[in-house]
Amino acid sequence: MGLQAYLILAATVFCIGLFGVVTRRNTIGILLGIELMLNAVNINLVAFSHFNGTATGMIFTLFTICITVSEAAIGLALVILLFRVRRTVMADHLDLLKG
Amino acid sequence: MMSDPGGLALVSLLLPAISFLILAIVSPLRKSGKPAAYTSVLLAAGSLAAAVGAWRGHAGEQVTRLAWEWLPSQGMSIATVGILADRDSTLMLILVALVAFLVQLYSIEYLHDEAPAALGRYYTYHSLFAFSMMGVVLAPNLLQLFICWELVGLCSFLLIGFWYQKPEAARAAVKAFWTTKAGDVGLLIGIILLWRVTGTFDLGELRTLVTSGAIPVEGLSLITFCIYLGAVGKSAQFPLHTWLPDAMEGPTPVSALIHAATMVTAGVYLLHRTVFLFPPDVLMVVAWIGAFTALLAAVLACVQDDIKRVLAYSTVSQLGYMMAAIGAGFSAVGFFHLLTHGLFKALLFLGAGAVIHAVHSNDLPDMGGLAKKMPQTALVFVIGTLSLAGIPLFGGFLSKEEILGATMAGQQIGPFVLLMIVAFLTAFYMFRVVFLAFFAAPVVSGFSRTSHGPAEAGHYSDGPAGAGHYNAPHDPPAVMMLPLWVLALLSLGVGIYSTITGHFLQFGPTEGEHAPAWLTPAAVGIAFAGIGLAWLVYQRRTIDAGRLAAVFGPIRYAALHKFWIDDIYDSVLALALLAFSRMVGWLDRYLVDGVLNVVSAWTVSTGDVLRTVQTGRAQDYVYGVAVGLLILILWVRWALT
Repeated sequence: MGLQAYLILAATVFCIGLFGVVTRRNTIGILLGIELMLNAVNINLVAFSHFNGTATGMIFTLFTICITVSEAAIGLALVILLFRVRRTVMADHLDLLKG
Repeated sequence: MMSDPGGLALVSLLLPAISFLILAIVSPLRKSGKPAAYTSVLLAAGSLAAAVGAWRGHAGEQVTRLAWEWLPSQGMSIATVGILADRDSTLMLILVALVAFLVQLYSIEYLHDEAPAALGRYYTYHSLFAFSMMGVVLAPNLLQLFICWELVGLCSFLLIGFWYQKPEAARAAVKAFWTTKAGDVGLLIGIILLWRVTGTFDLGELRTLVTSGAIPVEGLSLITFCIYLGAVGKSAQFPLHTWLPDAMEGPTPVSALIHAATMVTAGVYLLHRTVFLFPPDVLMVVAWIGAFTALLAAVLACVQDDIKRVLAYSTVSQLGYMMAAIGAGFSAVGFFHLLTHGLFKALLFLGAGAVIHAVHSNDLPDMGGLAKKMPQTALVFVIGTLSLAGIPLFGGFLSKEEILGATMAGQQIGPFVLLMIVAFLTAFYMFRVVFLAFFAAPVVSGFSRTSHGPAEAGHYSDGPAGAGHYNAPHDPPAVMMLPLWVLALLSLGVGIYSTITGHFLQFGPTEGEHAPAWLTPAAVGIAFAGIGLAWLVYQRRTIDAGRLAAVFGPIRYAALHKFWIDDIYDSVLALALLAFSRMVGWLDRYLVDGVLNVVSAWTVSTGDVLRTVQTGRAQDYVYGVAVGLLILILWVRWALT
């Protein structure tokens, strides 16, 4: 399998993630979508790293995963706080910025 | 430097400026009152000495010119500042410096009841006035003349409104300012138009252009008429004469200096300096308006009861005389009358000031029989009156004859007839004042009124100094008498010298001016007729004043209403202003506001539509970002490659 297959896979995962972010009503679902998009990026990095024969992409991916974990933790904390204040986690109810 | 006329004229010009600067900057000195007055008087005396030196220093037709470049532009300068000391300007300089000095001296006593700060303010303005007036007199070019011209207008405004707490004084000051300003706009336009066609402001260069035949340019009539408009405003010619009588709300010494001897004659002086530019058609207008103004003001003077207003109208009338002479083509004659008139009119005003100071009233019915109580004042006042009436051996005789002769020689028969009538009226109304104030018994039981009781005595306590010494009018102290005597003796001296020799300094019968032999007897006779009529009516009372008034019923009625000129101004201005403000109001309400309202309404409704885009849901924004990014990528991929 060539590089293109990996890139197609990554693009597919990214689009699935984006679709989730845009369409899910539940805030948790949106966070899951974001995770998928980040993983799509990781696939790209690893694929490029493998095919170019350098380790940079691999190492970069390790960092990304670490940061993603922290991001998920902060995201979940935000969701919990949000639930405490607004008694809902449905994204379409959170429209204080409506013009 | 110090001995040449230019340098001395410059010193004369700068001393009042120094006085003004000292008083304006050193405020403790200004607020101390009397010391400020002494400073100003001292420097005015120095200025007078320098002016006399400048006049004596120049010889004959010699012209001394000191000029500095001003407004440099592209290697040349648009104008110069400096002084032009010649025979006429130094003589006028002496008149200004002399009257300014005497009036300042006189004012120390006249205004002794003023608060120190007010007195300091008074002398500050006076110094500024003396400087500006000398600036007008010595100006070598029209631009500098115009600047100083506006400055004297400002000083006039400040000094008329000296008692600014009085609403009439404040009104009169504003009226004087605006009315003269109406003429000044004409002057400014005239100067600029002249500069456009000739490229110079300089009087000397303009004269050269005239002699080289370059000047009768197209539109010269309009230009000179515009310059004349400035003189109309400043010298109170019809129809802009209405401010001068109202200007009498200022202190009497101010009226003597500014509204009799110097500032109002600036218009005459301006025409005298620029008359070589004037084409005959404009001069014709000048002569007719001058003569008409003289007659109108003389008629008005006959019905006034306020001594200062009589003198004010008399000033307007005499300015008309000077203008008529200039219009007839003999500007030197007009200038000669300007000088003699400056002397005796300042004398009359200061004399009237002495009377007002003693009686605490401006009204003739409150006076009467003052000759016994104030003999010296009465004597100098009569000298001034005889000068004004043009009686031989008195100051105004020769200059008045010359003016009548000039109008005859200039073929201005219409103005000549008007001026002869005015000569009669002048003698009549001035001797009416003399008899009513000084010789006749008081009309309304005069002074005895105060002895009836405190209630009536209180009537006079609203005068400037209270009723303290009303019961005993007396000659003013020496500080006030000295200026009166100086002016009276100068009027007499000029009169006697000029009557006997038939000329005075450079003034005298000129070539081309052949007055008929009957002119002098006729003019003197008509003046004596006026005096006789006044004597019969107001002294002997053989002719009842009421019956005389009845004979001239309609004219008298019209004159009492000042020929409705003020009313016409008021109503026309009110109508014009109202119509104009209605139009401006409509424009503002419907055009200016309308445009703004439409624009703001559009903004609001557009905003209403656009706000729906902002849903407030985070996902919609993400969607927007994603779609935008996609469009960007597609654009970069296909459109740019």
